[in-house]
Amino acid sequence: MTASERIAQALMWVIAGCAVIFLLTPLVVTVAVSFGNSAVFTLPPPEWSFRWYERLANTRGLWPSIITSVQIAGLSTLISLVLGTLCAIAIVRGRFPGRDAIATFLVSPLMLPGLVVGIAMLQGFRLIGLREAWTSLLMAHVVITMPYVVRTVLAALSLFDFTLLDAARMLGCSPAQAVRRVLVPALGPAFLTSGMFAFLASMDNYPVSIFFTDAWTKTLPIQMLQYVEERPDPTIAAISAGLILLAVIVMIIGDRLVGLRKLADF
Amino acid sequence: MNQDRSLIGWLAVPAVAYLVFVYALPLLWLLARSITGPEGISFALFRDFFADPFSWRVIGNTMRIAGLVTLVCLLVGYPVAFALARAKGVVQVILLAAIILPLSVGVVVKAFAWQVVLRRDGVVSQFLVGIGVWSEPQRLLFTETGLVIGAANVFLPFMILPIYSVVKLIDPRLMEAGATLGVGPFRRLFRILLPLTLPGVVSGIAFVFSLAVSMFVIPSLLIGDRFQTLATLTGRSFLLMRNEALGSVTATVLLVLAVMIVLLSSLLARRAGRFS
Repeated sequence: MTASERIAQALMWVIAGCAVIFLLTPLVVTVAVSFGNSAVFTLPPPEWSFRWYERLANTRGLWPSIITSVQIAGLSTLISLVLGTLCAIAIVRGRFPGRDAIATFLVSPLMLPGLVVGIAMLQGFRLIGLREAWTSLLMAHVVITMPYVVRTVLAALSLFDFTLLDAARMLGCSPAQAVRRVLVPALGPAFLTSGMFAFLASMDNYPVSIFFTDAWTKTLPIQMLQYVEERPDPTIAAISAGLILLAVIVMIIGDRLVGLRKLADF
Repeated sequence: MNQDRSLIGWLAVPAVAYLVFVYALPLLWLLARSITGPEGISFALFRDFFADPFSWRVIGNTMRIAGLVTLVCLLVGYPVAFALARAKGVVQVILLAAIILPLSVGVVVKAFAWQVVLRRDGVVSQFLVGIGVWSEPQRLLFTETGLVIGAANVFLPFMILPIYSVVKLIDPRLMEAGATLGVGPFRRLFRILLPLTLPGVVSGIAFVFSLAVSMFVIPSLLIGDRFQTLATLTGRSFLLMRNEALGSVTATVLLVLAVMIVLLSSLLARRAGRFS
């Protein structure tokens, strides 16, 4: 190895180290602020305390927004898992033209600006007279969660050997049994990881949700941004720390199921 | 099960029909409305928009910030993607976790954290004063620099991962072979590595640029209302100003921009793939 190569290598590791610090800064800062007792975000905090967590219990509007977010994220993920999996099976096994185009179409909401998708759906819902916030949110979030399911389940299905289903049939399973005992277990990890990341994407969505909230129905990110604008204090950091914990749990489960390297596949 | 295979295509219908009605038709309707006036097709809304110098300042802001964010992500992300491909064991786990974990944390959480970090008494200011770069604490929040730092932080994984996905396929012996054949280090970088990684670089740039063009929460929290981009102007005209005509025009411009980036990048990636 020449001297210039050694310098390039060293530089690469230094940049990688700095990037790790840079990437984790917002998460570490949020958690640190949430456990500090300073109301003005002093870092490092003068003293550690749980006062912002104690405040969560009587923060106005927080729990209803969490409940709305969990309902919307859970239901929309479930609907996407069912519709997305059926569609993925059709794309992998079917013999009709335009299957690639359909796959691209189902993943495309991820590539377009969320704000524009939100506005378009807002106008569309108005046109058919749908003004109810909760239903609108649910319908919009199915579009948000669909790409995550389709992408992951498609990848898993293309690796699945469909002759195994025929084998199960020959060994005496009914078609339904064959699907339940062979296909579903094989796709299990894909369902779980795509479901988790779809759930998180829905929980975190702001630019689409903002068009479908009213005074009574708000999702968590909308409610949080309202707190940031009204009275920024570390209570927001405490809520954020909870969301970061959720992300850590999802990442650990994802790692156990398919491995971190697989999660990094793009 | 062969008789089922002609029928299996019907399984795609529910999902496709749902997305057509809830997502595709509304988008087309948005496009159609932006080019219809009281008497049929008219481009008056666009003419007015593009005749206003304010619009061009907004477009300029959008492009400049998105360009800078993409540049920062590329300069940091390119070496990190190589480090990720070469790393083993604990180092690789740390790198992967640091890239994947922030992807699962919401943008409101991260933008709020950068509000705290970029304050006059925040950690960045303290650090820069501490190592002597700044003589006194300064506020980065509500500046363009602060916005670029925060946005680059949120979008960096979208640059690293596509580049990593091509770097991990490169045989490290290629570089050794180049060295054995007497090719200098710089020529090796420009003649071997860059062409091979180009498809990843193109898709990374496309991801980050299109995300940065359409970001809404990050500029709202890190720079405020004085500084408008196409996305913040779109959001404001629907949510605050109730000026839906202006909002549909800026939304259409954003949509066209996003579609152009996707198309251009897939075209470029295909070409880059062919040359290498």
